[in-house]
Amino acid sequence: MPPLVQYLIRFYQSSIGKKIIVALTGAALMGFLVAHLLGNLLIFSGPEAINGYAKKLHDLGPLLYVARAGLLLFVVLHIVCTIQLVKINRAARPQKYAVDTVRQATKSSRIMIWSGLTILAFVVYHLAHFTWALGNQYHDPGMARYWVEPGVHNVYNMVIDGFSVWYVSAFYIIAMFLLCSHLNHGFSSIFQTLGLATPRTRQPIDLAGKLFAWGLFLGNISIPLSILFGIKS
Amino acid sequence: MADSKSSLDLTLNVWRQTGPDAPGRFETYAAKAIPETASFLEMMDIVNEDIIAKGGEPVAFDHDCREGICGMCSMVINGMPHGPKRGVTTCQLHMRSFRSGDTIWIEPFRATAFPIVRDLAVDRSAFDRIQQAGGYITVRTGSAPEANSVPVPKPDADASFMAAACIGCGACVAACKNASAMLFVAAKVAHFNHLPQGRPEADSRALGMVRAMDEQGFGNCTNQYECEAVCPKTIDAEYIRQLNRDYRNAAAKEVVGI
Repeated sequence: MPPLVQYLIRFYQSSIGKKIIVALTGAALMGFLVAHLLGNLLIFSGPEAINGYAKKLHDLGPLLYVARAGLLLFVVLHIVCTIQLVKINRAARPQKYAVDTVRQATKSSRIMIWSGLTILAFVVYHLAHFTWALGNQYHDPGMARYWVEPGVHNVYNMVIDGFSVWYVSAFYIIAMFLLCSHLNHGFSSIFQTLGLATPRTRQPIDLAGKLFAWGLFLGNISIPLSILFGIKS
Repeated sequence: MADSKSSLDLTLNVWRQTGPDAPGRFETYAAKAIPETASFLEMMDIVNEDIIAKGGEPVAFDHDCREGICGMCSMVINGMPHGPKRGVTTCQLHMRSFRSGDTIWIEPFRATAFPIVRDLAVDRSAFDRIQQAGGYITVRTGSAPEANSVPVPKPDADASFMAAACIGCGACVAACKNASAMLFVAAKVAHFNHLPQGRPEADSRALGMVRAMDEQGFGNCTNQYECEAVCPKTIDAEYIRQLNRDYRNAAAKEVVGI
């Protein structure tokens, strides 16, 4: 095996190495979330804006698949590294304390694995809902409502119909809350794990993480809420 | 005999375990007329004398200097390593921090890397093995070097000294929900890496000590900083950030071969 590969494996096998991978992939996925939200918010500019945006994404062709493959790689790395780390953590403390105390760990930091797994379940559901159109007629060629023209999805109507179902919106909002709880701890953790936060910047970074998480939460739930309350139809 | 105002009657739930592989359980003891001026370890001594007088086996616990600098005493008291006071070791914790009638749960540090020897005494030699992997510098042996022959900027000396305050007690591991030793390793690495004398081995120290840490069965840091909250020497989790940075740089250099 070439030495470069050997040392890369050695890096991966170390605790901090895996954490750095979790931090870097987490940062990349945060970038995706921001882009995804900005794209979705086009729904407030009307059907033409979001349908045009969706068509542009589709027209990327092979590039779109490269982006999807990259995202999938980041998600897999993020989850595989985390699960390996959590297994080590559990093995490091098999016997719990009779008196369990928490000193200063935040709530969001203590549920990372559970918020993360909920997000994973949500992502699978979300892809099944809109990308694979399982259990709905969004991709049915006979449903004119879901096509701007043959081959071009009417994303606007898909979103309106999707979120008009209250339990779909409810699951979405709960998942977004857990996602943003995950991001709240994740944001500042990225800076700590990559060795970038300093005593002087720690507080502003924590604050930026909170603002980022809340901003993303409110931005994302603004769509189902405005549909549920009939502001958008 | 202390008067009732300055003495406490307590109920202790103490973890008893006869050996590393024996099953453990809590035993309840009444600690009567404990002077509020007694340290927590002295309270344990009083309870042990009572146990011995009744023909029982005394509770084993680690202790040595009893003045807060050796790092031997341990115990998790009501869920807190070294008890409820910040910046204090168990030996420097006094019974005036408790109230008569209190029930106190006393447990050993719990971590796979710190196997229980007996009762409240745990084997912390995993820390020694981490130290051996990088807790040293290369110096000319022989007569003592001239003091101040190597200039050390004051901020660096301070940062090193703050890290060097680590007494290696393991409370950070005990408090971490993952039993991670990152604060200990971070302090030991920073202690040397902040000084010119430690720079030649700075990279190999970060790599070596982190790898040794991983081999001992400690968990991983999840950036919750429970460690700094219980550290009797109040070592800041900022040192963990520095360890992450030092390891990141050293590993990157190692991968590409600089």
